[in-house]
Amino acid sequence: MTVFLFVILASFLFSLLLFGIGQKTFKRMTWFASLLPISLFVYFSSFAKPIMNGEVFNFFTAWVPSLHINLDFRLDNLALLFTLLITGIGSIVFLYSIQYMKGHPKLMRFYVFLSIFMGAMLGLVTSNNIITLFIFWELTSISSFYLISFNNTESSSRKSAIIALSITGLGGMALLAFGVLAGQLTGTYSIAEMLQSPEIFANHEFTVYLLIFIFLAAFTKSAQFPFHFWLPGAMKAPTPVSTYLHSATMVKAGIYLLLRFTPHFQNNSYFFTTLLIVGAITMLYAAFQTLFKTDLKGILAYSTIGALGIMVFLIGIGTSVSITAAIVFIVVHALYKASLFLVTGTIDHQAGTRDITKLGGLRKVLLPLSIAGLIAALSSGGFPPTIGFIGKDLIYESTLHGGLNPTLLTTIAVLTNILMVFAGLIVGVKPFSGKQPEELGQIKKPHFLLWFMPMILAVLSLVFGLFPAMVESLFTHNITPLLTGEESPHLAIWHGFNLIILLSALTIGAGIAIYFLWKPSHKKESSMIIFNAWSPKSLTLVFAAYFQKVSYFLTRTFQNGYLRRYIMIILVLLTLVFGIHVFINPRIFLSLKEIKSLNWNEIVVLAMMFVSILFTVFTKSRLSAIAGMGVLGYTMCLIFVFYGAPDLAMTQFSIDTLTVILFVLVLYRLPKYLKLSNHTNRIRDGIIATSFGTFLALTIIEIMNENPVKTTTEFYAENAYKLAKGKNVVNVILVDFRGFDTMIEIVVLSISAIGVFALLKLYLKKHEK
Amino acid sequence: MKSLILVTISKTLLPLLILFSVFVLLRGHYLPGGGFIGGLIAAIAFVLHAFANGLRQTRKLLRIHPGFLIPIGLSIAVLSALAPILITGDPLMTGLWYGKDIAILGKIGSALFFDTGVYLVVVGVCLTIIFTISESV
Repeated sequence: MTVFLFVILASFLFSLLLFGIGQKTFKRMTWFASLLPISLFVYFSSFAKPIMNGEVFNFFTAWVPSLHINLDFRLDNLALLFTLLITGIGSIVFLYSIQYMKGHPKLMRFYVFLSIFMGAMLGLVTSNNIITLFIFWELTSISSFYLISFNNTESSSRKSAIIALSITGLGGMALLAFGVLAGQLTGTYSIAEMLQSPEIFANHEFTVYLLIFIFLAAFTKSAQFPFHFWLPGAMKAPTPVSTYLHSATMVKAGIYLLLRFTPHFQNNSYFFTTLLIVGAITMLYAAFQTLFKTDLKGILAYSTIGALGIMVFLIGIGTSVSITAAIVFIVVHALYKASLFLVTGTIDHQAGTRDITKLGGLRKVLLPLSIAGLIAALSSGGFPPTIGFIGKDLIYESTLHGGLNPTLLTTIAVLTNILMVFAGLIVGVKPFSGKQPEELGQIKKPHFLLWFMPMILAVLSLVFGLFPAMVESLFTHNITPLLTGEESPHLAIWHGFNLIILLSALTIGAGIAIYFLWKPSHKKESSMIIFNAWSPKSLTLVFAAYFQKVSYFLTRTFQNGYLRRYIMIILVLLTLVFGIHVFINPRIFLSLKEIKSLNWNEIVVLAMMFVSILFTVFTKSRLSAIAGMGVLGYTMCLIFVFYGAPDLAMTQFSIDTLTVILFVLVLYRLPKYLKLSNHTNRIRDGIIATSFGTFLALTIIEIMNENPVKTTTEFYAENAYKLAKGKNVVNVILVDFRGFDTMIEIVVLSISAIGVFALLKLYLKKHEK
Repeated sequence: MKSLILVTISKTLLPLLILFSVFVLLRGHYLPGGGFIGGLIAAIAFVLHAFANGLRQTRKLLRIHPGFLIPIGLSIAVLSALAPILITGDPLMTGLWYGKDIAILGKIGSALFFDTGVYLVVVGVCLTIIFTISESV
């Protein structure tokens, strides 16, 4: 267990280590960082054999058992698929970035965030506890935020990062709600154990909330319509980040969540129907958008959304064939899309532009890269003999044999796939074909890593296509039964001549035709702008703008920076609450019998109090007002002493002394005489103060009439000596029973001291302004 | 505004008050008192000294910046809270007690260390705030 926990935490520890190494040393040994994903890949590969034989590994350590939060990891075949993707593509991206990010001033920070992301993602896919899954889920959103805004000097990067964080963060909250609700209903927070209460997920009064929350979480993370718009914005990140987070792994976390909970929702038709509809809308919408983009990464972003839509759509069909198709498609997509992204990155790095209308003829200089691009484009389009072909076959097989309306589903799938063929060709082939435009100028040959890394992925698409048995035995053979309880269909490149082959040929033919007939241009891109006003993105932004306005208004009204305004608002609000309470439900009785006669010393103290109050209110000197306040404080201490609260009296006494000293220190330098605030203000303040005091007194009288519940008091009084060996109950409460509160209080005190020090001492010197 | 009376008396009062604050800290578990009040009294002692002799003299007397007391106090408090986990394996903040009574101090337990941490934090916080403000205005 400890080894596995260490492996999950290794990436976080590693990022700390990078900080220790320091920016300067790190620059000379960037390769060092790639040891992390490579060794993790090797580690997880070692599980492949036993897991292929059907073993499942559990690693359990209690963390906060009282809250059901445990370090509970479970490595089954589905988790293995994702860990291999994360570490495998991670290795490629880490190596690729050595060259791509070379010389960047914040290189170390880049690798730090990338490592944190990888650790979070590994934790996410291996967590068996829904709460830790949520924690890792949020960590991926946070690391993604830092990576999107990596070029933080650009306002557009920062804005995209904030949009991405808000959308995925919203989904994270939904995931927490889902986890807590499912945990409470089933009585366990272990995802595997939840399977034992299928009725909760199928037919229960709260099932609808479970569905809403899991959909919100998965659709925001995996960029489904109408939450998809954060993903194109996330393309502001450096290309290796887009490759890794926003195409190959992080955006698949939502898919992972849906797959993980497919067995739980097995008997819930709403689950599958919603996925089918949302997936279908997303894939068609996004695939259609690729026609109008001119930025290579923009095209890739929308085709990624489309691919995620296809996965959701396939899960939604819900048959064993379609789940198998979804799993194969995860592999297919990760390989070809990561490859295409890296190809784009190299083009951008060498040619300095990603604008498709300006690119062409690059095959002469970037021949190896163009081969990688071609293979990836073929896999993306589903040409034989790539793995993409098998993936697309399975998609058609699922639409033809599943769902309510096979014709409609197949039509949607074919249309989407035709556009995906186009998108793949335009990114992987177009920049290399034709003539090189003169504006591009002299293009240098890229470093070995910059073409070799996409090449590895592209070749893998080909290898898996030629030997589909590898994918079958490694993944689908076990995962499909795991999720559906049924056998997985046999993967093969040739199933004989049938309708599916015909559809495949039609897809490829139509895709190629569009590629040759349709030329992306800026004119076409800007023609789509008229629809922008009603896109989910602008609606969200309008909402956000109003939200911000309201927040500004509230902040300016209630927190205008004047202490007197804060105090006034607090007092008025409390007076209203007390006042309404006393007015609606008056329960104030003063029985004269119970009032004891006053001692002479009490009378003296009360008289002193009265005098000091009048003195404080009516004096014209600041310092004497403070002295008056001090006397008032001390008389209150005396009252505490009379009524048996020595601790309170001592504290009040010391605090009063210090307050007076502080006031004197600050006010001593101010002019001697008060410049009185105007008459109306004083009357208003007087009314507020008097009514607050009155209502407070009334409330206290009311409280005295209640029969107090004394169980807590009695518990403390009885157990102070028994459990904590102290006779002073107040002190025992402070240092033992409620010691944790005290701990937090002293932390708050420390923070306030630091705050005062920072405000007054650490201001900018003149030359620093 | 140096007053001879105040200067003379503050020199005598400072050690007395600090002694008193420690006394209040130690008796806290059985009789009125404790780390918070003790800390406030100690802070008052130093502030009184600063009032009479000027801040510079007090700083000289203290040698370290009072802000340093804050992390020291916080670490003592945190360590005393963590002690049960590290020593006996009990949950956070379980009271640990040394079996025998010790002369003057009485029973020694983790609560006393926690209270000492509170004491130091309170002294540090009060003095940091008051010194900083009095230097800045």
